[in-house]
Amino acid sequence: MQQPLGDQIRVRMDKDSPVFTEKRGFRDAWRQIKRDRFLYALAALPLLYFVIFRYLPMVGLIIAFQDYDPFLGIGAMFGGENWVGLKHFRNFFDSIFFWNVVRNTVLISFYKLLFGFPLPIVLALLINEVRITVFQRAVQTISYLPHFFSMVVAAGIVRAMLTPQGGLLNQAVVAFGGDAQAFLTDPALFRSILVTMDVWQQAGWNSIIFLAAMATINPEMYEAAAMDGANRFQRMWYVTLPSISFAIVIILIFRIGGMLDAGFEQILLLYSPSVYSVSDIIDTYVYRAGLIGRQYSFGAAVGLFKSVLALILMYMANKVAQYLGQEGLW
Amino acid sequence: MKLSRGEKLFDWINILVLIILTLFFLIPFLSVVSTSLVSGREYALRGLFILYPHQPVLSSYDMLLGQGSIVINAYFVTSARVIVGTFLGLTFTFPLAYVLSKRRLYGRVPITMLIFFTMLFSGGLIPNFVLVEKLRLLDSFWAMIWPVLINPWWLLIMRNFMLAIPEELEEAAIMDGASPLVVLLRVYLPLSMPVIATIGLWYAVFHWNQWFDAAIYINDAKKLPLQLILRGILEYGTGQYSDYSGLAEMTELTDPPPAESLKAAMIVITTLPILMIYPFIQRYFVRGIMLGSIKG
Repeated sequence: MQQPLGDQIRVRMDKDSPVFTEKRGFRDAWRQIKRDRFLYALAALPLLYFVIFRYLPMVGLIIAFQDYDPFLGIGAMFGGENWVGLKHFRNFFDSIFFWNVVRNTVLISFYKLLFGFPLPIVLALLINEVRITVFQRAVQTISYLPHFFSMVVAAGIVRAMLTPQGGLLNQAVVAFGGDAQAFLTDPALFRSILVTMDVWQQAGWNSIIFLAAMATINPEMYEAAAMDGANRFQRMWYVTLPSISFAIVIILIFRIGGMLDAGFEQILLLYSPSVYSVSDIIDTYVYRAGLIGRQYSFGAAVGLFKSVLALILMYMANKVAQYLGQEGLW
Repeated sequence: MKLSRGEKLFDWINILVLIILTLFFLIPFLSVVSTSLVSGREYALRGLFILYPHQPVLSSYDMLLGQGSIVINAYFVTSARVIVGTFLGLTFTFPLAYVLSKRRLYGRVPITMLIFFTMLFSGGLIPNFVLVEKLRLLDSFWAMIWPVLINPWWLLIMRNFMLAIPEELEEAAIMDGASPLVVLLRVYLPLSMPVIATIGLWYAVFHWNQWFDAAIYINDAKKLPLQLILRGILEYGTGQYSDYSGLAEMTELTDPPPAESLKAAMIVITTLPILMIYPFIQRYFVRGIMLGSIKG
């Protein structure tokens, strides 16, 4: 279960003054470290996790600049005989796959944003207007549910809905006099299926943040608006929506910052060779060419290309958020 | 307060739209549940089902959960993963969160930055795979535990929670002669129980639903978690597990369920535990979104 970064605004780094006064200088530093040796001992093992499983793979990215041979030892990784510079990057940029996977990544993300971003806002607005608490709760609970399904289960449900062997959608098609179709292998429909599934699975969950923002609106604003003769719809439009516009903008910015994650697991579970042309994204390409095809160095290079772009995008998103007066993600 | 006609109309339209949306969220899963209850005979007669089976049967479940079935085995693998992953996750997350919540700690900010950076940038698929291979964790249960031991985002949420615990508590305990370990276990641990329980639930659901790591690291069918047995059955049918499963006995059934019902039943089986606890744990997840945003 992956939480979109957009939902996770603000990690505060407290640089503010500690209760214990700190002096500068090497000896003071050493004295402080000695004083808190228990804390450092406590942190050692968990930090070792970050070193081994988070930072070593970053070091491992040097194979992107080599012809890495999995059968040679680790020594070969640092020996320098296999150095090939930017060969793998050049191969990727020159390959027929490059534009296809970049285009698919951006397009699928864009469509998911186009449809998946407004709907949670609308849903939150509607839920916010419900006066019957029980009904409100029920709608919320049901709308979050698909978010808790694993991607395999969610993809399985989508497959079951779309299968030509009596899937619900095909039954509807047949009932209206059409012929059962293999929706999932149709390149014209595949992206729409991805987007619809994404909306189905995440819309309810993504509405929470907007509902939380609405809960902070001062009730007097509504009373004042009602006094001025605004009807329910006008209050929604002129009070609720402007009050959460800041949250909307910030979340939108971070969604754009995360655009290169177009939904790797989802696509991997649903696509097939007949729809590669419209659904092969950077991540699935790394998986197939790099891991399954055992071209480790090439796969690492393509992955590095994506990770660096994603980092730059997220950095820019954070800058924009800070510029708008938000604390930003960091 | 008396509502005007316009207000009432607004309410009714609102409720109507929400009911339609709710059906959109709910029907796909309900249709899978009803598919799982269709018998072979009814399938032959009616072409699967129209919203609900006339004579619901449990033969799909019988088959999948029969004696010595690979599904039962996978249930144990997944349960072990959830228990071990949650326990170790918390044992590693809590101390680090505690340490990073000490404002006086030398080097706290750079360490926090380095942890935060791993949320923005990672080695990616291939280097991670090479690492697991080099550590000789391929085909091992631990390949599903160690690489995802600590979630950095949840670690920082826990740290934020502990930052709000007044430091005077620690000073007072030390005055009373408590050792640092006692401060941690007797003062901070009890006060942190709400956030520990919440994040423990997140780890548990994460480990229940996680599948991709097992897909690339684990080959041995006996070590596969539930999610991957489901994936196998969805994409290739039950045949691939016939060596292990006891599913082979299906041919002996007088009325074997249709393949689509088997798949549907497997979906239900995989997600049933989540469904059963979901209404009770939901608020802990909602709270997490608030923790991560409004309060910062």
